[in-house]
Amino acid sequence: MISSKEVRHIAALARLNITKKEEEKFGKDLSAILDYIEKLKKVDVSETKETSHPFAAKNIFRKDEAVKTAKDLLSLAPDTKDNCIKVKSILK
Amino acid sequence: MILTDLTIAQAHQGLKRKEFSAVELCSAHFDNIKKRNEEIFAYLSLREEAALKEAQAVDGLIGSNKEITALSGIPLAIKDNILVEGMKCTAASKILENYTAPYDATVVKKLKKQGAIILGKANLDEFAMGSSTENSSFGPTHNPHDTTRVPGGSSGGSAAAVAGNMALGALGSDTGGSIRLPAAFCGAVGLKPTYGTVSRFGLMAFASSLDQIGPITKNVQDAKIIFEAISGQDKMDSTSVAPPLSDGGKLKIDSLRIGVPKEYFIKGIDPQVEESVRSAIKKYEESGAKIIEVSLPHTEYALPAYYIVSPSEASANLARYDGIKYGFSKREDSLLEVYLKSRGEGFGAEVRRRIMLGTYALSSGYYDAYYKRALKVRTKVIEDFNNAFKKVDLIFTPTSPVLPFKIGEKIDDPLSMYLVDVYTVSINLAGLPALSLPCGKVGELPVGLQIIGQPFQENRLFEAASFFENLS
Repeated sequence: MISSKEVRHIAALARLNITKKEEEKFGKDLSAILDYIEKLKKVDVSETKETSHPFAAKNIFRKDEAVKTAKDLLSLAPDTKDNCIKVKSILK
Repeated sequence: MILTDLTIAQAHQGLKRKEFSAVELCSAHFDNIKKRNEEIFAYLSLREEAALKEAQAVDGLIGSNKEITALSGIPLAIKDNILVEGMKCTAASKILENYTAPYDATVVKKLKKQGAIILGKANLDEFAMGSSTENSSFGPTHNPHDTTRVPGGSSGGSAAAVAGNMALGALGSDTGGSIRLPAAFCGAVGLKPTYGTVSRFGLMAFASSLDQIGPITKNVQDAKIIFEAISGQDKMDSTSVAPPLSDGGKLKIDSLRIGVPKEYFIKGIDPQVEESVRSAIKKYEESGAKIIEVSLPHTEYALPAYYIVSPSEASANLARYDGIKYGFSKREDSLLEVYLKSRGEGFGAEVRRRIMLGTYALSSGYYDAYYKRALKVRTKVIEDFNNAFKKVDLIFTPTSPVLPFKIGEKIDDPLSMYLVDVYTVSINLAGLPALSLPCGKVGELPVGLQIIGQPFQENRLFEAASFFENLS
């Protein structure tokens, strides 16, 4: 069972605000899902390698050439200044 | 002739023979959308004016006897997690409610080049997370066969648009069954191509090692037409591949070896679904195919492994929605508060649940027990398929263990919703191609047969599926 404290910790790590009421519901849901996932412990994987990608993938590089102007993307930002995205100050 | 009843191939012939115009074909679909979309809610947004203009241009080509492609003038729906330049692309999320796509996805670029007409953007579970399209922030899509029931998900809008005659075909995306399940629930054909066959550039990333775009259509021939138009290596997606030259060769039903995994017909399957699927398999047997029972022993572990792998990848992929660069942004005093509130209010419950699950599985102290272990089980699932394919050419299973369920039936119990994907997720873990084919009905409700193939053998799936389609 995942405690409310753990739920708050995970939500903070994931940068998600959740309400007090949601804390309880998420705790219950996540516990049920994790209980189900416990099944994985029954599989003997002592000799098994990990697969992170269905086929052997390798990096393919292309030239770093701009195809769009910054303006196209800046117009999507909630706040801009002098052709830059404006962010809240992080240093006092 | 009712233009919205046609298949893509039939509409193409009609256009070529000038039996009707592309504008008439396009208008007929918009008329139907106006009549039915309020009830079905397949579409989130439409582009009527632009679509009719493009149809006019196609009519111009036909009028001057120029060559047209199989998709010229064909009205299609695009799942709203695939970018169409200049149109809103919301992923059915509040966090992207006002986001306008700055470029075309590669698949969209390819369809446009062929002259296909995009009618609008189709509803989905928020960020493609769900099995019923009830997780859309803008309201659920209803199954055209029974509007009290779900269309499946997450590409429920795409499947309902096709089944409700509001598009001749559609694009969906499939991370754990999101094309095949709605195709099965809506009585359509849906293909999840081999991983890497179709470019993911311009598809909003959910779980990058599992996601693939594919067609949902009225029949197998149409699925093949769209698949051929959208597939191919793309320099914008480094995981896309050029398919090998051999596609497995011509398929003969009388020498076909069909594997039926015993682990797929156990407790939990609706007996009526089982009966329908088994009777379809019998049809192949009667035509000389050899039915061989196979074992995929790690089947029951595929779903729990999937629910570690996909949320883990999602938690990283969805970190980009931060209220800073684009999308919903909550004005707050500190940067941290902007993150917390924009994401907290912008994402719906299921998306937050999966981000938290992934964050948990990847967090220090749990990484080895959950994530690493799931990746090892993924290897086991792949080995199961490799072993089975030593004995058989294709594997047949039900697409879903259940019939389309009632709207609201499973929405409060996430785990019961996840279990609907029990027959589809292992295919994504293994990167294989699989097609869902309508194989019967229980009352008004369609049943899907899932045909699983070896990598890059989509043609064999089409041929095997066409065989059954031609029987009925």
